[in-house]
Amino acid sequence: MNGAPLPDGKGALDLDGLTKRYGEERVVDAVSLGIRAGEFFSLLGPSGSGKTTTLMMIAGFVAPDGGAIRVDGADLTRVPPQRRGLGMVFQNYAIFPHLNVFENVAFPLRARRVTEAELRPRVQAALALVRLERFAERFARQLSGGQQQRVAIARAIVFHPPIVLMDEPLGALDKNLRYDMQVEIKDIQRRLGMTVIYVTHDQEEAVNMSDRLAIMNHGRIEQVGPPGDVYQRPHNAFVARFLGEANLIAGTIDRVHAGEAALRTEDGTLLRGSIDGPLEAGRAAALFVRPEQLALGDGGGENRMHGTVARRSFLGSTVRTQVDSGRGVHLLIDMINAGAMRMPEPGSAVTVSWSPACSRILIG
Amino acid sequence: MRRVLPTYVGLICLLLMAPIVIVVILAFSGPGYLQFPPKTYSLHWFARFLGDPQWRASLWFSLIIGLIACVVATVAGFFAAYAFVRGSVRGKKLLLSLLLLPIIVPTVITSIAMYFLSARLHLVGNLVWVGVCHAVIALPVVLLILLSSLQGVDVNLERAALSLGAGHVRVFLRVVVPLAAPGIVSAALFAFLASFDELIISLFLTGVRTQTLPVRIWNSLHLEIEPTIAAVSAFLIGVTGLVLLIDGALRMRRRPAMKL
Amino acid sequence: MKPHRTTLLMLPAFAMLGCIFLAPLAWFFVHTLLIDSDPSDLRDQLVAVLASRAMLRAIVTTNWISLLVTVTVLLLGYPIAYYLANRRGFRFTLVVFCVIVPYFTSIIVRTYSWMVLLGREGLINQALRDLHLISDPLPLLYNQFSIVIGMTYVLLPYMVLTLFAAMKGIDRNLLLAARGMGASGPMIFRRVYLPLSRHGVISGALIVFILSIGFFITPALMGGPSDVMVAMLIERSVEITLDWPGAAVMSLFLLSVTLLLYAVYYRVTDVRRLMGTV
Repeated sequence: MNGAPLPDGKGALDLDGLTKRYGEERVVDAVSLGIRAGEFFSLLGPSGSGKTTTLMMIAGFVAPDGGAIRVDGADLTRVPPQRRGLGMVFQNYAIFPHLNVFENVAFPLRARRVTEAELRPRVQAALALVRLERFAERFARQLSGGQQQRVAIARAIVFHPPIVLMDEPLGALDKNLRYDMQVEIKDIQRRLGMTVIYVTHDQEEAVNMSDRLAIMNHGRIEQVGPPGDVYQRPHNAFVARFLGEANLIAGTIDRVHAGEAALRTEDGTLLRGSIDGPLEAGRAAALFVRPEQLALGDGGGENRMHGTVARRSFLGSTVRTQVDSGRGVHLLIDMINAGAMRMPEPGSAVTVSWSPACSRILIG
Repeated sequence: MRRVLPTYVGLICLLLMAPIVIVVILAFSGPGYLQFPPKTYSLHWFARFLGDPQWRASLWFSLIIGLIACVVATVAGFFAAYAFVRGSVRGKKLLLSLLLLPIIVPTVITSIAMYFLSARLHLVGNLVWVGVCHAVIALPVVLLILLSSLQGVDVNLERAALSLGAGHVRVFLRVVVPLAAPGIVSAALFAFLASFDELIISLFLTGVRTQTLPVRIWNSLHLEIEPTIAAVSAFLIGVTGLVLLIDGALRMRRRPAMKL
Repeated sequence: MKPHRTTLLMLPAFAMLGCIFLAPLAWFFVHTLLIDSDPSDLRDQLVAVLASRAMLRAIVTTNWISLLVTVTVLLLGYPIAYYLANRRGFRFTLVVFCVIVPYFTSIIVRTYSWMVLLGREGLINQALRDLHLISDPLPLLYNQFSIVIGMTYVLLPYMVLTLFAAMKGIDRNLLLAARGMGASGPMIFRRVYLPLSRHGVISGALIVFILSIGFFITPALMGGPSDVMVAMLIERSVEITLDWPGAAVMSLFLLSVTLLLYAVYYRVTDVRRLMGTV
C-alpha cells in the first residue's frame, strides 16, 4: 500500500521517496506513504527515527533532499510553509506570548485577510470547539498546559486546513490529562473530518487514536497499517518490540507449509506460527507471540514450552509472570488480575502453551 | 573572611559611585567657587548650561547625532542579530568578531582614518555623517544585546506563524519584532548612549561649529575648567541613569514573558 | 525564510562595517604610506618611527601602565565578581548598580570626576588640608598614579562582568562536593574555585589589556607631560606635527598588536561575552 495512488478526497497526502540527509546520515530515507483524506495517521518511532523530520518536511520547515510531497495530487515539495495551508500543532504549543487567546486563534484568519465581521464568529466557533470561549482575553502565561494545548488546536483548525500536523502535542502534559486530550483531539478530528498526521513516541497514544500508523526506525518505515494489525502481525522484531511487549523466541526454520512454518528452538522444541511470504528451511528466525496470548498449563494451544517461574509482577489490571525456559529464553505471560486466581509461586515448574494461530515467524 | 568580603566589596562600590555622586552634588551648588560640600544649593549651573546658546547648540548636535546613530545601528544590528540567530552560515563566530572590531580597535586610529577620508569627501562637520560613523561604534553594543534577546525567541513561534499562513514580512512585524521589542528598545537606548557619550570620533569629525557635548567638555578640561562642566556632566549622568532605568524596567518585564 | 537567505540580513551591518570602518582604515594606511609617500621609503619610515626615542618611550609607558591597570582591575574586580556570583536579591542589584552606572557613564565625565577629586585644589587635597594632615597639596593629578586610577575606574566593569559570567557557570555542587570531601574553605577556593574561574581571569585580563593599550582620553587628560602613551603620540603627530605618515606607521603598529591580542582573546573566549552578561 506504500505510495499507492489514492482515491480523490480533500486532505489526502502522498509522500513519495521523501529523503533528508544531514551530512552522510540519511535522517529520513526514501519514505513513501499514502495517507487518505480524513484519516488519523500516526508516525510512531523512537527518538532519532526521523518521524519529526518527516513532519517538518511535510510542514515545509525542512527542505527535502529528494522525493515529493503531494496534497490532493498537488505537488507541495517546493511550496514555502506559509502557502501550504496545513495546520500545525507544536510540541511546546508555540502560543504567541504577546497575543491573547482570541488574537492567537485569529492570527491565521488575519494572515488570510478575513474581514473583521467574518473573523469574530469563526474564532468564537473554534474556541467553542475546544471549550475555551471564556478564555478569549487571557494570555498564554495565564493558562494551564492543557488549555494552551487547546488554543494551539483551535488556532490550527480555525482556517479549515485539510490536514493538521501534530508534533508530539501531548508530550508536555501529565498522564491523566494526556488521556483526556487524546479523546478530545480524536473527537474534533472526527467531527471536522480532517486528516491528522500525528507524530509521537508514545505507542499507547498512537494505538488509541490512529486509524492507521507507520512505525519508523533509522529514517525508514518499518510497517504501516491499522494499529490492531500492526500489533498482532508485526513484520519484524523491531515492530514487535516497539509496539507493546513481545515474546521473541530464537531458532531456525525447520519446515514450511501453506502459510505456516515450524521453528526449531535451540533446545530442540518445535513451535509453529504463521508466515507472510516464502521462507526457506534452515534460516535463522524468531517466533513472535504477545504475552497475553500465552497460558500457564497445556490448555493454551499446541505450541508448548517448559520452564520455571522466575518472577511475578502486578501491573494493575494484569499480572505478568516471567518463565525461564533454559538457554536464555524468558517468556512473559500476562493474565487478567482476577483476585481469586491461583498463581504459581516463583521456583515452581510450569508448562506454557499457546496457539500457533497467534504466533508469527519473523526474520530479522 | 565572612566579614572581609562584603566590607571590601562595599568599599569598592563606594569608590565606584563616589566620583559620580560628587559631580552630581557639585552641579547643584550655588553660584561662586565650586567646593565640596557646597555651601548653598541651586540650579544656577544648570541655568548657565541651558542658558548658554553654545551649550544649547552642542546639546542639540549631540541629540541629532545620537538619534541618527541609534536608528542606523539598531536597524542594521537587528537584521544582523536575526541572521546570526536564525541563519545558517559557516564561521558565525568569526563574522561576529569582525562586527565587534569597532570597540576593539583603538578609537584614536579609527577616528584618524575616518577623518582622513571625511576631509577628502568634505564631510567633516556633517551631522548625518558623524551619526553614521557613531553607528559603527554603537553596532557591537546593539548586536550583543539583540543576540541575547533574539535567542530567547522560540523558533517554533516563527514556524507556527508561517504554518498559519503568515508571510515573512508579517512574521517579522507581528511575531519577531513584538517578541524582541524589549531587547530592541534596550539596544536602541544603548546605541543612543554610545553616540551621545562618544568623544574621540566627534573630536575629529565635528567642525568648530558642530561641537557635541563631550567635545565641549574636553575643550574646557584642556583649556580652563568652567564650573558649568559639573552641570553638563551631571546632565550626561542623568541621561545614563535614565537609560539604565528604562532598561532595568524592560528586563523585569521581559523575564516572565519569555519563560515558555 | 530559507536559512541561507536569512544570512543575507547581515549585509547592512557588514556594508556599514566595510564602508565606514574597514575602508577608511585601509584607505588611510594605503594613502599615507604608499601613495603620499614613496613606497620604497616604507622600510626606512617604519624603522625611523618605531625606533624613535619618543615611540620607544611611549611603548614602554603604554605597556607599563596597561599592566598596572590590568593587575589593579583584576585585584579589585575578582572579589566583586565573586560576591555577585554568590548573592541574589537586593545586595546583588545594589552592587550591579554600582558597577553598571560608571560602566555606561561617558568616559569624559568619569575622567572629569576624578580630576575634581585628585586636582591640586581637588576634594582630596582639600580634605587632607582641612584635617591638617598636609600643608602643601599632594601631586595626585597629572602623573602615572592618576592615569592608573582613571583607567582602572573606566575598565573595572569589563573585568567584573567577564569574571561574573565565568563564575556563574561554576557548578555549585562541585564546591559542595569538595566540602563533603573535607576540604577547608581556603583549600576549596585555591584548588577548586580559582582553577574553575581561571578562564574568566584570562578573558578579563586580556580584554582589559587590549582596551588599555589603545587608551587615549584618560591618559591625555590625567597624565603628566612625560606620561605619553602610544595613542596620544599618534594623536599628537596628526594634530600638532601634522606627520601623517608617522601617525600611520604608529597606528599600524598599535593596530597589529591589538589585533594579535584580540585573536588570542577570540581563541580563548566567547566573543559574545565581550560586554559581559548580567
